[in-house]
Amino acid sequence: MSPLKDVDIAVGPQHPALKEPASFLVSLRGETITSVNVKVGYNHRGIEKATEDRTYLQNLYLLERICGICSHTHATCYVQAVEELAALEVPRRAQYIRMLVGELERLHSHLLWFGVAAHEIGFDTLFMYSWRDRELVMDLLANITGNRVNYSVNTIGGVRRDISAEQAADILKAMDTLEERIKYYINVATEETTLINRLSGVGVLSREDAASLGAVGPTARASGIPRDVRKDDPYCAYAELDFKVCVSDTCDVFGRTVVRLRELQESCSMIRQMLAALPEGPLTVKAPRKVPAGEAFSRYEAPRGEDVHYVRSNGTEKPDRVKVRAPTLANIQAVSKMLEDRFLADLPIVIAAIDPCFSCTDRMVEVRRRGARSRELMSWEELRRHGIEWYRARGVDMGTLSRKYITR
Amino acid sequence: MSEIFKIMVFPGFLFLVLTSFLVEYLDRKLHARFQNRVGPPWYQPVADFIKLLGKEIIFTKTADKIVVSTMPVFALAATVTAYLYIPLWRHEAIFSFDGDMIVVLYLLTLPTFAFFLGAWYSQSIYAMFGAVRSLTQLFAYEVPLLLSVLASALLANTWSMDDLTRFYSEHPGYWLFNLVGFVTAVIALIGKLEKVPFDIPEAETEIVAGWFTEYGGVFFAFIRLTLNVEMIVGASLLAAVFLPFGLGFGPALGFLIYAGKVLFIILIITLTRTVLARLRIDQMMEFCWKYVSSAAFLQILATLTIKGVLNP
Repeated sequence: MSPLKDVDIAVGPQHPALKEPASFLVSLRGETITSVNVKVGYNHRGIEKATEDRTYLQNLYLLERICGICSHTHATCYVQAVEELAALEVPRRAQYIRMLVGELERLHSHLLWFGVAAHEIGFDTLFMYSWRDRELVMDLLANITGNRVNYSVNTIGGVRRDISAEQAADILKAMDTLEERIKYYINVATEETTLINRLSGVGVLSREDAASLGAVGPTARASGIPRDVRKDDPYCAYAELDFKVCVSDTCDVFGRTVVRLRELQESCSMIRQMLAALPEGPLTVKAPRKVPAGEAFSRYEAPRGEDVHYVRSNGTEKPDRVKVRAPTLANIQAVSKMLEDRFLADLPIVIAAIDPCFSCTDRMVEVRRRGARSRELMSWEELRRHGIEWYRARGVDMGTLSRKYITR
Repeated sequence: MSEIFKIMVFPGFLFLVLTSFLVEYLDRKLHARFQNRVGPPWYQPVADFIKLLGKEIIFTKTADKIVVSTMPVFALAATVTAYLYIPLWRHEAIFSFDGDMIVVLYLLTLPTFAFFLGAWYSQSIYAMFGAVRSLTQLFAYEVPLLLSVLASALLANTWSMDDLTRFYSEHPGYWLFNLVGFVTAVIALIGKLEKVPFDIPEAETEIVAGWFTEYGGVFFAFIRLTLNVEMIVGASLLAAVFLPFGLGFGPALGFLIYAGKVLFIILIITLTRTVLARLRIDQMMEFCWKYVSSAAFLQILATLTIKGVLNP
């Protein structure tokens, strides 16, 4: 028996290691983690519910704002489902432009991750370098879409912006620099001693655990599972591209780093292929305002893993139900497993290694009464009343406030 | 009167405080330039200090206010006192007696204990973790530091800093025997200053700000000041013990040589924190006990052998 008592330390909801609110209540014995209690749901924004009040086209812009990093992911995933419902044939040039923006997004997302991961283990120089090079990609995205974050390049039935020959040349030029930098980062990650010490053997998730916990994306691929929607169930025109699914069998954070860095190389090569084979033709087909009744299910390989959108239509111009499952929800289950018997110092990098995006994940509120056996779900009306009463009990009357401040 | 002037103004307290701002600026600017950033303007450390002085003082509910508020001043006082016993650009320190080397090392250990107490009594779980880590780390770096300083002192056969510098001036080139000790001492100094890769007690992404999590305002200003002063004092100690050349060239040239030595050591520290990632506490322990301490022991063995050969 250890004479030390377990100590609880709260990592989150507000903590320097986390870029978004999520709670990890860690029990420690000395520096060793005995248990982790993961809680998400601090950033629920009611986006799914809000889609039911908006038209299909308006929803595109709303869903693009689910995530600030993989905004194109959610927009494309949703628009694919709607196009399937409306039986639209997206022009090939539009598909290529979608893929191009998608791969650029993967580049900037992985470079961002690499920087954050370096910061989590106290390697700020690498963080600065990686974010400096990420700016190259951000500039490209701003150049071809007009925006750095929410690119708004999709529309139902195609894309809104074309790529000119000069823009293509700019992209190719940036790819030269980037490929060189990525090679440098791979050297750093595989040769720098302190970095290897901090990453290797940390956050181990065996192949079996990764499979049973349903890990996706680089988390699964670093555990030796070649799971990639771009290969398994190609969307857009990924079937026409030549690329490898990067896999590592080290099953640890080091493997996740290497997988992501190799994917950067693959993305660069894919972008070159796309620009070389960019087909001519129109950018959009005409999309109907009302979408025929039915349901569609769309998959997309986001930088963090498989993103899933489900859209059900009732024949009107607004969807009946939109369900989003962001990749972090699939990966977050694996975190407690990875942290078993690890040190407190490993906690930030292990959490960061799944590349979490908590506000993308936070979808649903589930209320469980204390002592009650069955789970209860609140209806929309009940939730609204509960909110009003909760504030009223604390002396805040939203009705008076809105009359006072929102005058027309 | 001149004694008080030396203690309070030059080269004592005031001089140290002002140069500590300069050193902080150099450290931050170099670090930024290494990282391909612009870095702060020259007055940034002073501006930070003044801003912190004007901040509200907040204690946690259960904190022991007296301990928490006195410890930063105590640590600063100990560090500044240590500086008085180190010969800078002459053979004489401001004060000297036989055995002052031990006192300097002891005084330089005090800030760690002071910060430990301050953090412990601030009653925050993050601060306590940082404090415990800080103490754990102390044992790992203090041993190699003492051993490497001991090696240099053994060769000179004295425990007095003044006699030590005088010995190495009389025997130019002897300091080259202690180069391994110099390397281990710099590593130990990085541990003492809690800089990357040994910034484990203040690992931001794990325990917020470590032992100074609950410190704010004027106390935080003093903690930062202490850490910067500690960097100068530590570098001066290493310069006096391991780079004891170019002393006694008069005030102007002597000061330049002294400044060059200190800046060289600070450059090494900045460069190290730029190119390395933070280690885990267990890795730090292993590294310091297995390699750094062994290297320091080898240095002592080598020194004893050399001493036997030189003075049979």
